[in-house]
Amino acid sequence: MEILVCVKRVPDTAENEFELNSAGNDLDRDDLVFSVNEWDNYAVEEAIQIVDNVGGSVTVVTVGDDESEEVLRREMAMGANNGVLLSDDAFEGSDGKGIASILKAEVEKGKYDLILTGAQADEGAGQIGGMLAAMLDLPYASLVNKIEAGDGKTVKVGREIEGGNQEMNEIDLPCVLSIQTGINEPRYVGIRGIRKVASVEIPVHSAADLGVDANVIGKDNAKVKRVDYFVPDLGEGAEMLEGSTEEIIDALIEKLKSKGGL
Amino acid sequence: MTQIFAYIPHQGGVAADIALEYPAAAAKIDASSTLTAVVTGSGPDLDKVANGLTSIYKEVIKIDNAALAYPNAEVVRKALVNVLDASAIVFAPNDTFGMDLCPGLSIKMDSAYVADAVDFEGMEGSLLKVVRQELGGAVSTHVTCDTAAGAVITLRPGAFIPVEAGAAGGTIVDKSADAGDLAAKRRFLEIVEAEVGDVDITKSDVLVSVGRGIEEEENIEIAQELAEAMKAVVSCSRPIVDAKWLEKSRQVGTSGQTVKPKVYMAMGISGSFQHMGGIKGNPFIVAVNKNPKAPIFQVADVGIVQDILEFMPELTEKVKSM
Repeated sequence: MEILVCVKRVPDTAENEFELNSAGNDLDRDDLVFSVNEWDNYAVEEAIQIVDNVGGSVTVVTVGDDESEEVLRREMAMGANNGVLLSDDAFEGSDGKGIASILKAEVEKGKYDLILTGAQADEGAGQIGGMLAAMLDLPYASLVNKIEAGDGKTVKVGREIEGGNQEMNEIDLPCVLSIQTGINEPRYVGIRGIRKVASVEIPVHSAADLGVDANVIGKDNAKVKRVDYFVPDLGEGAEMLEGSTEEIIDALIEKLKSKGGL
Repeated sequence: MTQIFAYIPHQGGVAADIALEYPAAAAKIDASSTLTAVVTGSGPDLDKVANGLTSIYKEVIKIDNAALAYPNAEVVRKALVNVLDASAIVFAPNDTFGMDLCPGLSIKMDSAYVADAVDFEGMEGSLLKVVRQELGGAVSTHVTCDTAAGAVITLRPGAFIPVEAGAAGGTIVDKSADAGDLAAKRRFLEIVEAEVGDVDITKSDVLVSVGRGIEEEENIEIAQELAEAMKAVVSCSRPIVDAKWLEKSRQVGTSGQTVKPKVYMAMGISGSFQHMGGIKGNPFIVAVNKNPKAPIFQVADVGIVQDILEFMPELTEKVKSM
């Protein structure tokens, strides 16, 4: 099975406290810690496990700048066989449709049976997999939390739906699946693994290499554009308890008693 | 005048709650917009839903086909592309079905796509101003969406104020004949129901719920001790289940259990909307998190900025000594 996994370098939500810049219209990006999008690690792990079982290879691809190469190397240290960086100044400011168009051009250069994405990334849109599938006229399933490789012509996939239930589908190959967290346990990547792939050459494909339609990429062609960031304003917020830990606990216990918590 | 189609999911002959939220969302885009409900399905259940919707919507488009009996996103997409005007705005919920359907629908309709809108700030020309959240709710953003060639927009369930069903006296328009070829490369097989766990968190009045702040599997014990002292039960957010530290039946959220406790202790939980979506009945929410900017503090009743690994044992001792 030839598998392509689309990954992304994102600000790490567990490691950062997000602040706005002094103008108040963008994130303060100076000290942000970046990592591989959490969902993508599950997608890459799943791809590696499928290939371990049925043979084939795993290629990881990302749209980004030079710094995005580090996420490709990390996923290759996990066990992906190849990495491809799609990078061009013309890609900057692309909306979801633009990014999916760039990925589509790369997909068409290869012959993949399965294309995986994370279920969502930092923007929370969860849009790339579904767009890519529609552009390629391939079947799609989102929020996949189970894959059973079948006869090579179809796969059986479980999708996460509301209430902890799972929707089972049979899907023709090739197809695009977006992978939900919890489908597996992504393997640990040690420093030795990182060193092993440090010098592997990663091809960089530009807009010209890919033959991407210039009318769908970049900020000028984006139908959806971010204007600014701001701090959410969701009502009054909590009554913050302050003081020594002992004082806080005493105040909390009084409240819990009055609300039936103790 | 903006034409908006609102796709309405339904189950067992009952429309999803978001059917009551779409009118408020449409009004925020354009007070003079025309809002048409769209339902797909098969048989008497579909008729029941369509009839019910006429008390909210002036026009209800119905697409009845055996292939639509189960809402397979690929099949629904084909039907919608064949029936709806591609230059309009299409609403759908940002739930597991909307996420499955809408990105691809926007491509096939050659429309713009905005996911998970939580508010609208009107139209300027063809540019719609939308409020979204990014980075798990840590920051909000304004985005503009060019609706000139249509747009598909998913709305966060619960983000818009529901209207009361009245007597709109709407008409049903049957577009079943326009659905076209509904053959699919993806076939629905079955629903596998969630397994029942050893503890039913939906029955407990007090939940001590843990999130990423618990850091390691061994630390679950610290929450367990607090829960025992409070005669409560331990529940958790999604990452704890993904790490297999607790079983799925302990997970609170849209993809887990829906709980209605009196008191909800959110320990080291950031408070994503998927998590908060599993908490109903307006409980008293206590949030303890070392990050003062955690989104949970915007919905909690009481907030405490502390490391739960230090705070919980002290609270446990105090409760035990009472």
